[in-house]
Amino acid sequence: MWEYTDKVKDHFLHPRNVGEVQDPDGVAEVGNIACGDSLRLTFKLDENKRIADVKFKTFGCASAIATASALTEMIKGMTVEEAEKVTNQDIAEFLGGLPEEKMHCSVMGKQALEKAIGNYRGIFHERVDEQVVCECFGVTDREIEQAIRENNLQSVEDVTHYTKAGGGCGNCHEAIQSIIDRVRPEAKPVSKVNLSNIQKIRLIEETIEREIRPSLKHDGGDIELIDVIDNQVIVATRGACAHCPSSLNTLKAFVEPKLRELVSPDLVVVVEEVI
Amino acid sequence: MMKTIYLDNNATTQVAPEVVEVMLPYFHELYGNPSSMHSFGGQVAGKVREAREKVADLIGASPEEIIFTSCGTESDNTAILSALAAHLEKRHIVTSRVEHPAIKVLCSHLSKKGYRITELPVNGDGLLDMDQYERSLTPDTAVVSLMWANNETGVFFPVEKAAKMARERGILFHSDAVQAVGKIPISMMINDIDMLSLSGHKIHGPKGIGILYVRKGTKFSPFLVGGHQEKNRRGGTENIPSIIGLGKACEVAKLNLSTENTTVRRLRDRLENEILARVPECRINGDRVNRLPNTTNISFGFVEGESILLMMDEYGICASSGSACTSGSLQPSHVLRAMGVPFTMAHGSIRFSLSVYSREEEIDFVIAKIPPIIGRLRELSPFWKPDNQRAMS
Repeated sequence: MWEYTDKVKDHFLHPRNVGEVQDPDGVAEVGNIACGDSLRLTFKLDENKRIADVKFKTFGCASAIATASALTEMIKGMTVEEAEKVTNQDIAEFLGGLPEEKMHCSVMGKQALEKAIGNYRGIFHERVDEQVVCECFGVTDREIEQAIRENNLQSVEDVTHYTKAGGGCGNCHEAIQSIIDRVRPEAKPVSKVNLSNIQKIRLIEETIEREIRPSLKHDGGDIELIDVIDNQVIVATRGACAHCPSSLNTLKAFVEPKLRELVSPDLVVVVEEVI
Repeated sequence: MMKTIYLDNNATTQVAPEVVEVMLPYFHELYGNPSSMHSFGGQVAGKVREAREKVADLIGASPEEIIFTSCGTESDNTAILSALAAHLEKRHIVTSRVEHPAIKVLCSHLSKKGYRITELPVNGDGLLDMDQYERSLTPDTAVVSLMWANNETGVFFPVEKAAKMARERGILFHSDAVQAVGKIPISMMINDIDMLSLSGHKIHGPKGIGILYVRKGTKFSPFLVGGHQEKNRRGGTENIPSIIGLGKACEVAKLNLSTENTTVRRLRDRLENEILARVPECRINGDRVNRLPNTTNISFGFVEGESILLMMDEYGICASSGSACTSGSLQPSHVLRAMGVPFTMAHGSIRFSLSVYSREEEIDFVIAKIPPIIGRLRELSPFWKPDNQRAMS
């Protein structure tokens, strides 16, 4: 069960501003039924160009309904310029927080708001320069970039929580990672570039030679790289290591972390099985 | 406090009061280890034997064919891995797209280790094509694993027929019968199933106890090693209170078997028919004939399952959903997707699962509450147009 705040529950059970504004100044529809949530937002301005009326309709889970309801309450009375500054974080904070996995609901609210304001200004949201990255949920590179920037996202999992991208078949995980790397180079894990197999093996060899072997040799031991299969680095222990009862410890506590740090965080070191 | 109306018995069940009662002494009075040499511990061994006999009796097996495990998942994992160990030369597994994650996820792990997995599709009613099943069996097939009854829809697979076909080809057959045991009569004496999983907490027994049935003469390789318990087939000190409890639960389940198929079935049918009659744009997922007597899986169009569950929760009604939002994943249930249930309907699916403890007035209450809940959520839904309503009325 999700841990929703009382405010989320309140907005879900007693949603504010449900429906559609007649003769709206701004309209937006985001999401779709196949993806599991959708939001239709309409608003009308008064003579002072403030949002006089705003209504929503939502298909989706409790947090999708609650965020839409909260959004309408937040922006009522604002000018379009003020409303524009509302972020998805603001919506989540207004509700006392959302479960991490449900943050995409707040992003959907923000997207609807942006699109409705764009509609009011007569900007037709042409998605010519955008590319769909996640086919399952129809999420574009621009949407992912924006979510990463506005929410300081660090990992593919974060991006999935905030945009749903990558939550289906998983084929786009690499593409999402490369967007993260591009947008936030500082979040890039050390050496986490897409290594080809041969590059990976070379890097492993180099790392063993430069960073690992000297320490082992110091104690009279050594290791030999036997093979690399996917992320498994198969090694054989040599010298003193071959007969040392704690050699497995050395591999797991020293060799593996070193390789993970300098080559790829997914690597697993295993000892060659002697047949 | 609000009364709980518990219609989520495929998730877990209330432990029967008589089961709790027999378990209690084994926590603080008869806490000995049955492997001990002293009679204080030794006396427990006799009680374990009786429990084993009761379990065997429920499914028409011999006591020595019963291995106590920690849960249905452990039983499933043990069965498949044991079958593979028995036939190292065979690298193919046949299963279905709608299996429980205990089988499904294990098989996807095995596929990464070089095993070939055939996941048989199901039709719109959740049924298998038996010709396709027959064609999937090859000389390289080590084991078939098909569930007896689906946890989400309650739909049965013809496992006895499928097991016979596997036996004729020398292929081991396993069935996850966690949902079926106690709800339909099962006799291992008259079928060809080699291994069968069941779970204590689905049949009003305690959590943390499962059973793996292994037919006499079947090659077996343990999953947990390290102790001589269960005749070297499952290491680890026995979970005595739960074993005693499961024995009692099986005894009670046998007595309740006819109630499941009369009273429970009638209540389920009433719930289902009344909802179908009162709520427009809804449908039953899964074959309505070949199905557990206690389960109904209903999809409500234009609304989302988590919202329905939370609104029901306000009235103390417990059920579950195949919607994406409830699973923590972003896609609706793999079972409903395999059946080709349209996404629009899959997101709004609710599973009600009854038990012998379900009461007529509880069903009445749910029947009265569902239509306004769905109505309210549809008012919020951008996809629900007044036209739909008119077309329906």
